[in-house]
Amino acid sequence: MAIEDDVLVIGGGIAGATAALAAAERDARVRLVTYKQSTLRHASGLIDILGYTPAGDGPLIDPFDALEDLPEGHPYERVGAETVRDALSFFDDVAGDAYAGEHTDANALVPTHGGTVKPTARYPASTAAGLASDPRDALLVGFETLPDFEAPLAAAHLEAAGAPFETRGVTLSFPGIVRDDAKVTRYAHLLDQDETVETAAGTTTAREALAERVRSQLDDEPRVGFPAVLGDERADEVRADLADAIGVDVFEVPMGPPSLPGMRLEDLLYDALEAAGVAVTSGVPVIDYETNGDADRIDRVVVDRHGAEIPHRADQYVLATGGLVGKGVRSERDRVFEPIFDCHVSHAEDRYDWFVDDVFGDQPYARFGLAPDRELRPLDATDDPEFANLRAAGAVLGGYDFAAEKSGAGVSLATGYAAGRRAGEECGD
Amino acid sequence: MSDAEQPTDDHVPGDDEFEPIQVFPQAEDMDLRPGADNCYKCSTCDTNCPVAEVDDEFPGPKFQGPEQWRLKRQDDHDIDDSVMKCSNCMRCDSACPSEVPLSQMHNTARGEYVDEQMSTISREYLRNRMLANYRKLAPLAATFPRTANFVMGLSATKWMGEKLLGITSEREFPDFATETFREWWTKRGGAQVESEEKRIAYFHGCYSNYNTPEVAKALVRVYEHFGYEIMVPEQSCSGTPMFANGMLDDARRAAETNVRELGAAIADGADIVASCSSCSMSLRQEYPELFDFAGTETVAENTWDAVEFLRVHEDLEGALEGTSVEDSNFAYHAPCHSRNQGLDGQTIEIMDRIDGVEAEDVGDSCSGISGTYGWKAEKYETSMKIGEEMFDHMEDADAETGLTECPTCSMQMEHGTGYEITHTLEVLEDALVGARSE
Ligand SMILES: Cc1cc2nc3c(=O)[nH]c(=O)nc-3n(C[C@H](O)[C@H](O)[C@H](O)COP(=O)(O)OP(=O)(O)OC[C@H]3O[C@@H](n4cnc5c(N)ncnc54)[C@H](O)[C@@H]3O)c2cc1C
Ligand code: SF4
Ligand code: SF4
Repeated sequence: MAIEDDVLVIGGGIAGATAALAAAERDARVRLVTYKQSTLRHASGLIDILGYTPAGDGPLIDPFDALEDLPEGHPYERVGAETVRDALSFFDDVAGDAYAGEHTDANALVPTHGGTVKPTARYPASTAAGLASDPRDALLVGFETLPDFEAPLAAAHLEAAGAPFETRGVTLSFPGIVRDDAKVTRYAHLLDQDETVETAAGTTTAREALAERVRSQLDDEPRVGFPAVLGDERADEVRADLADAIGVDVFEVPMGPPSLPGMRLEDLLYDALEAAGVAVTSGVPVIDYETNGDADRIDRVVVDRHGAEIPHRADQYVLATGGLVGKGVRSERDRVFEPIFDCHVSHAEDRYDWFVDDVFGDQPYARFGLAPDRELRPLDATDDPEFANLRAAGAVLGGYDFAAEKSGAGVSLATGYAAGRRAGEECGD
Repeated sequence: MSDAEQPTDDHVPGDDEFEPIQVFPQAEDMDLRPGADNCYKCSTCDTNCPVAEVDDEFPGPKFQGPEQWRLKRQDDHDIDDSVMKCSNCMRCDSACPSEVPLSQMHNTARGEYVDEQMSTISREYLRNRMLANYRKLAPLAATFPRTANFVMGLSATKWMGEKLLGITSEREFPDFATETFREWWTKRGGAQVESEEKRIAYFHGCYSNYNTPEVAKALVRVYEHFGYEIMVPEQSCSGTPMFANGMLDDARRAAETNVRELGAAIADGADIVASCSSCSMSLRQEYPELFDFAGTETVAENTWDAVEFLRVHEDLEGALEGTSVEDSNFAYHAPCHSRNQGLDGQTIEIMDRIDGVEAEDVGDSCSGISGTYGWKAEKYETSMKIGEEMFDHMEDADAETGLTECPTCSMQMEHGTGYEITHTLEVLEDALVGARSE
């Protein structure tokens, strides 16, 4: 017996989760199989659509303006601007109050931990009070034990970047943390559970102790920014409590990996999957596929579960296994390839043409990935769909450079939505 | 064959570049460098570690694994004693996007630490050895179960346990059954179904034999319902508590027995099924990672989780269609060792098929007990802090009974919430065979 479903999504990052949700909306019986944890754990939790054009122009004020001019083969060009909008509103419905930004087409400007300002389309509610377009002065608070965020430096950078308000940075010790390499989850847990901590003034709770330290540093600023460690499970409650106790607005500055806002987004998506009745199998990879005589239809895929090979059968498949980081696309000395279905990945014959010497240059490898048709079916070397019932979404696709364009989550969302919706529509046809 | 292939090969096609450096005779001598070199310090593992989340003194899996490995290779570094704070939940394993064999590194580091740095007459060593070899004590207790339950429950015993051995007095010792599963099995005359084609060998492990034979009996009835001939081979502890305590020699002895006996059952045409997720994890992953007896791989490849086996080999969902169990609401916790095997969603999917059953997943946090870990006086607080999230979710769930597949998780669930806890196989038994009979 195989495990049977209508739609099988392979890969559990933002692309796979969105595809599964979109397919489930079409009343399909959907399963998502994912192996290791996705890049959501590293990503900032911001949903970037497009911050810069492929030619490097930007930061863009309205990403939708620029969508029309993208080159042929860009994932947004494949699905079309309308679908990008639909996908965003689909995301807005899933995220509810947890995300903001849907009131405008324009990019929001979110301060980052390095003190730069990042153009993004949707941002977690926890960063909302920190937007750089907001004219209110801000105090940034860093922690001695968290070297990735140097508040005074970030504040200076923000000022230098021309933010329309004054920013000051202070570095404090975090009540209850003694290790200088404590994990971000440790900070979050302390605040989530509001654990008891010892301070010079006696025993108190983590939230109260932190608020107390910040209060004494405040110089009339109406908002305070912290690195994004303010709780995990109960982040909203933590932030509200801190704001209450300090008496000002509180926001989080997105941090580098590993990232709590990314983890919270992951939780949000997986809660939505559960609510939508999507079956999730995680911790095990898909390693192979079989056709059923009919060479251009996938009959089943094989999931490797610690040595035992478990067949999973569905009518439609979505491949959302990520790029070189997620290992959906792999490289060896002399080839770049997609490991499950061996879909065609176009790249130069000579590996010395895969990159250019200038590390900041336009790197061909950044665009490696599958080339799909407008229905997101991966194409073979002669531009025919590899399989009739396989679509691809997210970082496994080529033709875009998410890091340079600031389009990572947006492309995964838009293509995941498009692929999942199609798969859901087509199954049973 | 070379066991060294196992550690870093994650079976994803296209990984064939990895060349094992050497074949190792002993776990402690393994060369895990290629695995360590895969680490690109992304810290994903650290954010998944339930111990690092609550314990300020634990440096986390990245340090325990690849970093400590490198340190050790550079000069004569001792293993850092923090490795004893790792609970062997193996969450870091499935977190790492780069195939670093973290839990294998921790297991070997712990083995080396215990061998070389821990005094064999220290209280900690004796206590750990006793906890790890629970199976050795269990038969004695099972011979006089009532007396044992009585003595274990005495406050004086608990006080002595804490003072003399460092076993927390906060917990209730699990009761010993008045009749072990194996006694019941012999009394009923062994297998009642014979079949050439459908045959399984049951790895019951220690807990369902001595403490919860009702789980083992449920397995028997469910499998016989599907027409399976059941074998109950001789067996030893799966070794999980021994790995977690760095008692690799004890684990090796146990594994040798299991591989031999289960291997023989496989030769007789059986697949191996286990009802405890740590047992199946151990046979499937830890054995091939740590040992190289003949047949280790065969046992790993032919071992299944009991429910998963039925899903793949029988139409379990079809069979459950139309069955019902009287109003039962469960708060389900997926054990870490089920997650690792890709089984985390399985129970909810199966329960959905039974009328009258509502099972609610209580989230992805670790229960915190991790086998013997939460029994140690100095770890008790950490263990309860880790469990807090699960307790909260259980209290919030619309259920009065807990559901899980791991015996120690079930102790922790009960301890933290006062709920009664049952096993998935028991619910399947109710649905498929009807009310439990003796
Ligand atoms: C450090 C970092 C920071 C980033 N910051 C931002 C940001 O600020 N804003 C933004 O918009 N984007 C950002 N991105 C990019 C964005 O996160 C990614 O482009 C996007 O998340 C990719 O999602 P995905 O679902 O396509 O793939 P992934 O997230 O890579 O997920 C792929 C999943 O597939 C699984 N998988 C792989 N092979 C198999 C298999 N054989 N079987 C089963 N499962 C398999 C993997 O385990 C993984 O879980 C960042 C990326 C990185 C690495
Ligand atoms: S096995 Fe569990 S406790 Fe140990 S380091 Fe890994 S995640 Fe942490
Ligand atoms: S998750 Fe893997 S690659 Fe990342 S730091 Fe941990 S061991 Fe290294």
